[in-house]
Amino acid sequence: MRAPFIALLLAPLGLLAQQAAKNSCLNCHSALDGEAQRPALLIKNDVHTTNGLGCADCHGGDPASDDPGVAMNPAKGFIGKPARTAIPKLCARCHSDPNFMRKFRPQQRVDQFELYQTSVHGKRLAEGDENVATCIDCHSVHEIRAVKDPAAPVYPLHLPETCARCHADSKKMAKYGIPTNQFAEYQTSVHWNALKVRGDLSAPTCASCHGNHGAKPPQVESVAAVCGSCHVLFAQLYQKSVHEPIFSAASGGGGCIVCHSNHGIHQPSTAMLEGPKAVCSQCHDAGTPGAKTAVEMAGWLDGLDSALKHSESVLAEADKAGMEVSEAQAKLSDGRDDLVKARLALHAFQPVDMKKPIDAGMAVASETLHAGQAALHEKDVRRMGLAISVVFIGITIFAIWALIRRLEPKGGLPRDASTTPR
Amino acid sequence: MTATEARAKAASWLEERLDLSAVREAIGHKTVPVHSATRWYYFGGMTLFLFAIQIITGILLMLYYRPTVSEAFESVQFIMTRVQFGWLIRSIHSWSANLLIFIAFVHMFSVVFTHAYRKPRELTWLTGIALLGLMLFFGFSGYLLPWNKISYFATKVGTDVAANAPLVGPAIARFLRGGDDVGGATLTRFFAFHVMILPLTALLLVGLHILLVQQHGMSTPPWIGPSGVRQMRFFPNFFLRELMVWYCALAALGALAAIFPWELGDKADPFASAPAGIRPEWYFLAQFYTLKLIPSHVWIFEGEILGILGFGLLALGWALLPFWGTDQVGAARTRLVAGAGVVMVSYLAAFTVLGYVK
Repeated sequence: MRAPFIALLLAPLGLLAQQAAKNSCLNCHSALDGEAQRPALLIKNDVHTTNGLGCADCHGGDPASDDPGVAMNPAKGFIGKPARTAIPKLCARCHSDPNFMRKFRPQQRVDQFELYQTSVHGKRLAEGDENVATCIDCHSVHEIRAVKDPAAPVYPLHLPETCARCHADSKKMAKYGIPTNQFAEYQTSVHWNALKVRGDLSAPTCASCHGNHGAKPPQVESVAAVCGSCHVLFAQLYQKSVHEPIFSAASGGGGCIVCHSNHGIHQPSTAMLEGPKAVCSQCHDAGTPGAKTAVEMAGWLDGLDSALKHSESVLAEADKAGMEVSEAQAKLSDGRDDLVKARLALHAFQPVDMKKPIDAGMAVASETLHAGQAALHEKDVRRMGLAISVVFIGITIFAIWALIRRLEPKGGLPRDASTTPR
Repeated sequence: MTATEARAKAASWLEERLDLSAVREAIGHKTVPVHSATRWYYFGGMTLFLFAIQIITGILLMLYYRPTVSEAFESVQFIMTRVQFGWLIRSIHSWSANLLIFIAFVHMFSVVFTHAYRKPRELTWLTGIALLGLMLFFGFSGYLLPWNKISYFATKVGTDVAANAPLVGPAIARFLRGGDDVGGATLTRFFAFHVMILPLTALLLVGLHILLVQQHGMSTPPWIGPSGVRQMRFFPNFFLRELMVWYCALAALGALAAIFPWELGDKADPFASAPAGIRPEWYFLAQFYTLKLIPSHVWIFEGEILGILGFGLLALGWALLPFWGTDQVGAARTRLVAGAGVVMVSYLAAFTVLGYVK
């Protein structure tokens, strides 16, 4: 008797819940075709949907009504498809409100719109240029995913392609007069290799240097600081170097990019110091003291690198022969550290500073080479010792055999039919 | 005084103080049967020779080895790189240990196939089986001592297997490790086993084994008739032949040590992940591979526990061979033992190879 009574009491609550969950936008748009149906299909993967937000939270209107005239009535707050210039502000209604965002993620940033307004994109949009990127161009629309979602267009692995959708489009970029080869160059860089080949999510993408919501090219004076945010020690040495004031004054980008370029940063090598592709030769003519120093430093680096490689191969040969050279192999890693230190010291452009790790590395290379050669010599000595001892053992065996023959002449062993223990 | 006179004088001096006539008498009268299976007699002597090599090289290694987690690896590295002929001693010790176990197995199977375990040699067989078990434990305990990555994880696997033995398994594993896991206490404990407990026990058993062999003489296979067996004097005829075999073994050991020095590998890191394909030494591979093949559950029993129980019962049955493998009349049991021997050799060989390959 009690159960039907409780059900009757709870019925209005059920109806209320049904009313609250109702989304007539989804019902109608699901039944439509083509572009009109698309939002209804995409929205199920949207991070807003999973957090309980609905169409009306952005577009307004009354999702509780099945009557399109009521549901999409401007009097009910319906704004339809927002104008591109209105999108950042629309998103900012929630994303700039710390009290609202805290409900979903307490540590969620709320400065995106503020930063966007300082960006090239934001400034141009404010001037009425609808061609520039707004929130939805990077984050997509109706299928907006969290940045940490590997399927999100702004996930680190996909970000370069997302930026390139516009910045590699020569038609789109034509009116701004900016190049469109950044992505192609980036694809040849060590950073791309780290990101895409090694799958290193901490590798720099476009946003690492340009910023994301406040995206703009770094200014000449801040290039070293941008690179230095990861390459800290390199930046510190460069700041104290003779090149810093000169490069900072350079037109068309200065700092690190004078030698390393910007988007197409390749694996550094001593070819940057000497030879036909030497970046030093851009300023230092052949035969000048600067060019001579560059050649000298390249010689040091190449010399240490090949000395360490030679030691490594000799030790590997000894190791393969079964010799115990693990101590020397461990020591060799000190030499490799010295090579890294020397490459680092190069950025102070003071040969004296660089010579220190070079000398230390050469000492390690020499010591480990000696250990490897000694091990190989020891191997030969052992083989020789083995050969000599085998000869002596052979002679001894022969002597014993001769003794047996003397003890057991022709007739062989005596025959003994006596009882044998069994 | 000539050299001969001096020798005679020294011998007489000794004779007055140690009455060696009984020993001389025994050696002088000892003979070895000569027949188609005589060559198998050499394996017992060779096992003894390799055991002696182990004792000598082990004592030399102990002069430098330090049984602590922080020093074990470094001390072996020191032996291999800095100590004069340290590499040779350590390599010979390691190679000889493996050869010793192999030769001990050959010796055991030669006894099975020549039916030398029969009455009155039951105790000789039992001491031999106990010695083989000790040799395996020597190998297991010695393997950990260099404290390198492979030996550390192989010991973990080995003690984990022991822990799965029914009832007493966890207690045995804890006793072996000196704690819940392989660590410094295990190293100290294994060192104590390897250089003190096992050698003392082994020396006693070797003495008893040799004494029993002397008492019963060399066994002649049953297929050789009761009469007409030629005899060879043990000393010097057989002994000289044994000496030749020992020299050959010494040359082989030297060659192995010089051409394939025993590797040291990397120092053990208990916090590192186990290297892929970790497995015990070759003499435990057959059992290890068998345990891998057994399903995790067989009826209501855990597969591994069942496997270990099976190995225990098999070892017990094998040790009791003289008591079920002989009959007074007929040769049915003899054929059964020969068949069991063939099955055992085939199983050990095949599963060792499979365990190595897979």
